[in-house]
Amino acid sequence: MIAELGHFALILALFAAVFQVVVPFIGASTGWASWMKFGQVTASAQFILCLAAFASLTASFVVSDYSVAIVAMNSHSAKPLLYKITGVWGNHEGSMLLWVLILTLFGACVAWYGSNLRDEFKSRVLAVQAAISLAFLTFIEFTSNPFKRLLPPPFEGEDLNPLLQDPGLAFHPPFLYLGYVGLSITFSFAVAALIEGNVSSLWARWMRPWTLASWIFLTIGIAGGSWWAYYELGWGGWWFWDPVENASLMPWLIATALLHSAIVCEKRDTLKSWTVLLAILAFTLSLTGTFLVRSGIITSVHAFANDPTRGIFILAILGVFSGGALVLYTLRARSLTAHGAFSFVSRETALITNNILLVVATFVVFVGTFWPLISEILFDRNVSVGPPYFERAFTPIFVLLAVILPFGPLLSWKRASSGKAMRKLRVALLLSVSAGSFTWVYQTDGRMLGPLGFLLSAWLIFGALSDLWLRANVRIRDFRSTARRIRSLSRANWGRAIAHAGLGVTILGIAAITAWEIEDIRVAQPGETFEVGAYQLRFEGISQKERANYLFVQAELTLMKRGNVIGLLTPERRLYPVARMQTTEAAIDLGFLRDVYVVIGERQPNNGGWAIKTYVKPLANWIWGGALMTAFGGLLSLADRRLRVAYRFGKRKRSATHAI
Amino acid sequence: MRYRDMPAFLAICIFIAPLNFAFAVEPHEILADPAQEARAREISQNLRCLVCQNESIDESSAPLAHDLRELVRELIIGGLSDHEILDHIQSRYGEFVLLNPRPSGSNLILYLSSPVLLAVGIALASLYIKRRRKGLNVRQASLSREEKRELKILLDLNRGKNSDQESSG
Repeated sequence: MIAELGHFALILALFAAVFQVVVPFIGASTGWASWMKFGQVTASAQFILCLAAFASLTASFVVSDYSVAIVAMNSHSAKPLLYKITGVWGNHEGSMLLWVLILTLFGACVAWYGSNLRDEFKSRVLAVQAAISLAFLTFIEFTSNPFKRLLPPPFEGEDLNPLLQDPGLAFHPPFLYLGYVGLSITFSFAVAALIEGNVSSLWARWMRPWTLASWIFLTIGIAGGSWWAYYELGWGGWWFWDPVENASLMPWLIATALLHSAIVCEKRDTLKSWTVLLAILAFTLSLTGTFLVRSGIITSVHAFANDPTRGIFILAILGVFSGGALVLYTLRARSLTAHGAFSFVSRETALITNNILLVVATFVVFVGTFWPLISEILFDRNVSVGPPYFERAFTPIFVLLAVILPFGPLLSWKRASSGKAMRKLRVALLLSVSAGSFTWVYQTDGRMLGPLGFLLSAWLIFGALSDLWLRANVRIRDFRSTARRIRSLSRANWGRAIAHAGLGVTILGIAAITAWEIEDIRVAQPGETFEVGAYQLRFEGISQKERANYLFVQAELTLMKRGNVIGLLTPERRLYPVARMQTTEAAIDLGFLRDVYVVIGERQPNNGGWAIKTYVKPLANWIWGGALMTAFGGLLSLADRRLRVAYRFGKRKRSATHAI
Repeated sequence: MRYRDMPAFLAICIFIAPLNFAFAVEPHEILADPAQEARAREISQNLRCLVCQNESIDESSAPLAHDLRELVRELIIGGLSDHEILDHIQSRYGEFVLLNPRPSGSNLILYLSSPVLLAVGIALASLYIKRRRKGLNVRQASLSREEKRELKILLDLNRGKNSDQESSG
């Protein structure tokens, strides 16, 4: 009964979407205010209906109602409650429902908080947004109904894939979807602007907070997924260049480019058609990601059960929306004339360079991800494209990006002096070269990867500090007025510096872990002590236990440094009898400067010893710490007074903003 | 199967059946010479585990990956160079086994398209900037009525606080 109510709510949402495509759109063309208002009602209704559908599916999972097919296939009564709930989106149908729920949430947010938008424009945005949710609601209804019944219902469920029975599933997909789907709003803004044939500074101002918000979610989602892979997959890799990871990286890269070009569009009234194109591209890549995961066209560890009809359906959605938007774009791009003029050396140029590099980086990932497919279809040649290719092709572009990055904020708009910018970064350059040289002297193996990585990362961090230092006009002797100026720096300034420094911190972590990771693989007897890097580990023994829905063997290892005990590590190997799968649970001693990471393997048949893998991973957590810093920088920017004021102001002074 | 039967089942799975979880390189596979072992690891990272979803043989615990790792190590001990080893394995398993595709024939498109795009991007951007630069010394035409209204909104947004109080007071 609960499932049928959910299904009914979903169908109602579909009808609400139909009305929302038609009514506000006609209202915007004819100027009928009540028709335009109607779009706001349906946007809220769609969200509430999808929420009801989602809640009823969640209820079916919580009470383990195995007459609902996907509950039977993905749940088990002995599974902990948290994983019963997260299991809702641990499968294709449920995750699509979450996708649509977030899509309608964003649409409703435009209706609720978009009061500073002009009525016609807002109605068009809502109409485009509803067209997207209509497409996906239809997709769910006809190919992926989460409420399908199973007759007769089985007595027990088949359990969720054990790799997904992890807190990671609670945060990774929701954040990722918030990011992916958030980009639908920028897409709708772009299409609505193209329909009206007008892209203004004000448009860019409206769009930026939405882009920023989805970019923040995407950043957290990707970083969280990387961390999950790090601790769950059992050997501490943090990025695999898997097609599905690439599918999340591509929209992130384009969204990053979009954030920067929207600034130029807002402040300098140029790069308009480019910004619109990026907004279309970002969501297109989101859809491409959805297509990749759910069509099974490319082998990936993330792929859901594959069904060709679903792939074709999503491809059709992709074709209609991206194709349609691009056609509209080619028709209207010419009318988007730029106004601002600037010279070769200027912040505009720096941001254009940023955009070129980010787009090329995206292209590298795109062509690498799809090359096996293209090569097979066009050249009948079966090839693989793996991490070695991506590392070689992607790294130079990102290094270049990091090299030019600190110049951007220090160049003035319109006309700048390169000599002046160089002088401002003198100290940062000196400090980063010293950091690199110091690292080179300190390390022993003579490879250049670590020192160069440190140099680059220091360049970004000190570059960001220089930016703040110069903006606050720090005077060492005049402490009081300096403190006042530091306090009065805007949140946008802090946000930018922290986000850029965060990238530096991530690069530091990547360089350290790549250059200086220690790996030790051995057979140890219980009671034996062995040495890995600066640490000693004593293998205390093995025990067998069982928990709610799995059985496991657990090893106990005492971690010591110079003979002092600093921790107990208990790596596990689990057996999930219902899903008939084994997983490894690595034990990690988290540290600010290093992680000690232990995995337990097989018992050796000949001597009763156990295979044990130990890694010392220097600065591992800095990789995700830096990403969180970057996301936090974005959050600060989002909280900047200008954007907040724009919102509050829009609310109170609605009538005045109807001008354009 | 009930949980009471589990210990036996567990023993079968863990101690006898082939393992299908990520432990990859086993202790007994490791070569005595650290330099040779390092080479083996490097080569393994460039070879695809053909029966896995998307893993190199260095990361995979599949039996095939194990066999390939042993083969790589045998060839290293046999004195073959890295290049010869990759050639040998490619001749047995096809080009699909290489994670870094050979830069030859149609694969050149894969390798060259990005640099070409970068060059085109820089060229187009230069042209664009050159055009925009012309406007620098030209006096801007005065704002249209539409633009003035838009400007006013933007300025009001920036001064939000004051206008806020004015409008509400």
